[in-house]
Amino acid sequence: MTHRKMSLTQIRSGQTGTVIDIAGGSGAHRRLESMGLRVGKKVKKVSGMPLRGPVTVSLGSTHVSMGHGMASKVIVEVQE
Amino acid sequence: MRKILLMGNPNVGKSVFFSRLTGAHVVSSNYPGTTVSFTTGHLLLPGGEKAQVIDVPGTYTLRPTCKAEDVACDMLNASIKEGLKRGDLVINVVDATNLERNLSLTLELMEQGIPVIVALNLWDDTKHRGIDINLEKLEKWLGVPVVPTVAVTGEGFRRLILRISEAKTPRVRKHTVLERWEDIGKVISEVQTISHRHHTLLEHVQDLTIKPYTGLPAALFIAYLSYKAIRFIGEGLIGRVFEPFFERICAPALMKLSALLGGGGLLHDILVGRLFDGRIDFVQSFGLLTTGLFVPLAMVLPYVFAFYLVLGILEDSGYLPRLSVLLDNLMHRVGLHGFAIVPTLLGFGCNVPGVLATRILESRRERFIASTLISIAVPCAALQAMIIGVLGDYGGRYVLIVYGSLALSWVVLGIVMNRFVSGFSPELLLEIPPYRYPPVRILIRKLWWRVKGFVKEALPVVLAGVFIVNLLYSLNVFDFISNITAPVVTGLLGLPKEAVSAIVIGFLRKDVAVGMFAPLDLTLKQLVVGCVVLSMFFPCVATFTVLLKELGWKDMMKSTAIMIAASLSAGALLNFILRI
Repeated sequence: MTHRKMSLTQIRSGQTGTVIDIAGGSGAHRRLESMGLRVGKKVKKVSGMPLRGPVTVSLGSTHVSMGHGMASKVIVEVQE
Repeated sequence: MRKILLMGNPNVGKSVFFSRLTGAHVVSSNYPGTTVSFTTGHLLLPGGEKAQVIDVPGTYTLRPTCKAEDVACDMLNASIKEGLKRGDLVINVVDATNLERNLSLTLELMEQGIPVIVALNLWDDTKHRGIDINLEKLEKWLGVPVVPTVAVTGEGFRRLILRISEAKTPRVRKHTVLERWEDIGKVISEVQTISHRHHTLLEHVQDLTIKPYTGLPAALFIAYLSYKAIRFIGEGLIGRVFEPFFERICAPALMKLSALLGGGGLLHDILVGRLFDGRIDFVQSFGLLTTGLFVPLAMVLPYVFAFYLVLGILEDSGYLPRLSVLLDNLMHRVGLHGFAIVPTLLGFGCNVPGVLATRILESRRERFIASTLISIAVPCAALQAMIIGVLGDYGGRYVLIVYGSLALSWVVLGIVMNRFVSGFSPELLLEIPPYRYPPVRILIRKLWWRVKGFVKEALPVVLAGVFIVNLLYSLNVFDFISNITAPVVTGLLGLPKEAVSAIVIGFLRKDVAVGMFAPLDLTLKQLVVGCVVLSMFFPCVATFTVLLKELGWKDMMKSTAIMIAASLSAGALLNFILRI
């Protein structure tokens, strides 16, 4: 089993990973965290819109959608 | 009076909860100095004491990250400062199916030194989802009362109200964010067990409607279905209820009045209007009691009702956030993000709430672009009803040309503004709630408020409009204006010069204005051009007022300049290329 570090924009829809880092400014970081997306949390990518569109992830029982730029800053570790 | 603050994350069913708790008499107001609104109502406590209930804007945290959250925190802090001894408290509404994230706010609230009681809302959903929460353990761990509730049915509310007196101020020291999450992790592992189960059908639909290749066709299908439903309900009400009512009951009575007034003269023209072959024509007569009542009540109201019914279902089922995600790409092209679709949709009902709703957008640039686009290229229900009424008989193609021209203008103007308006547009960040059945109670109540609002706001203005039209006609003011503007109206737009009177009246009410086309004997092409110009030209006075309030003088003037330029170009273009 290998661990790979990728951003939410890089993993495929349906893949699951654990958040290991949220890069970028504290504003976005805090908003994501308050919505339940924080380091250590397991997330599953539900969909990604084409043409650098928003990414939707599932966090247990809720879904959160974020713009492409924000999604590219959320780094997850995927086990394969 | 005691104050009860209703606080919780967004999307926990807080507004349904609020309406269940307070009953009919609620007041919506703006938080001082902001554009964030909140609602207050009253609750009768068991001892006969009355308490004020405040629906605080939804927030994920007490360390605010946006304007609505700022207000939520301010409201809490103000209450803590001024009135703890008077028995104020917080009812923390928690989504029981999403305990982990919701508890973060609960713990923050408990550190504020204010009495707290926790309502575990959406309790019925936990069973469907295989979530088991040990209430006793949770209550013991938190140290404040925990009551399961189902706001949609009212389950648990009696117990909640009885236990309000038990709300206590927990003695909790301030925690760091990390410590709080650690605590939550601990308590979750103790009180909650989730049994594994497969995706339900609804969850599959949920996922499919947010994936691009299934979601976009589904969105088109829903848009088509909504359009069909609105036309079906609107036309049904007009054909079966309102037209027969006016033709069979009002017309004979009005004919008697007409005879009583001698069949002519100033008073007759103002009240009944012109007769056609000795009969009243409700669209063309243009009297206060004929056209003045028929247009708002029989032509527009049915569509307003149908539109708000469908919109209410879309809002309360949880579809709109998904639509926002699907359309995010498109909206970025015009300098907005996906969530701007919500004010835009509202604009299709009435531009006023549409422009007001642009407040949910964060930057000034977004609000300018969104409200300008709404007031230019989004026709309100009243205007649409009249466009369909005037053009529908010639065939859907011509209605489509009007809508197509407006859609194209929306895109072109949006792209241009995105290029030239300075400022920034932030990215989309949105919680996507699960699909829920729209609670009928809330649906009916919202529909009632909106329809009542329309009648109250529109009817007097329409009547005033019809009156002024008559006045200006008899004073020959329109002749004067139409002679001045003839080069533009006739030369550029290909309309008869008298059509300018409709454009002038369009400032008052667009539906009355379209009605003024009726006696002009316009050709089909002129009707199409006229409808497009009227839709895009100056917004009605109500929209104008909110634009001024929301944007301020300077931006309002900019917006107006764009409007005039855009409507004249679109009208001229149609006039020169359209071959009907």
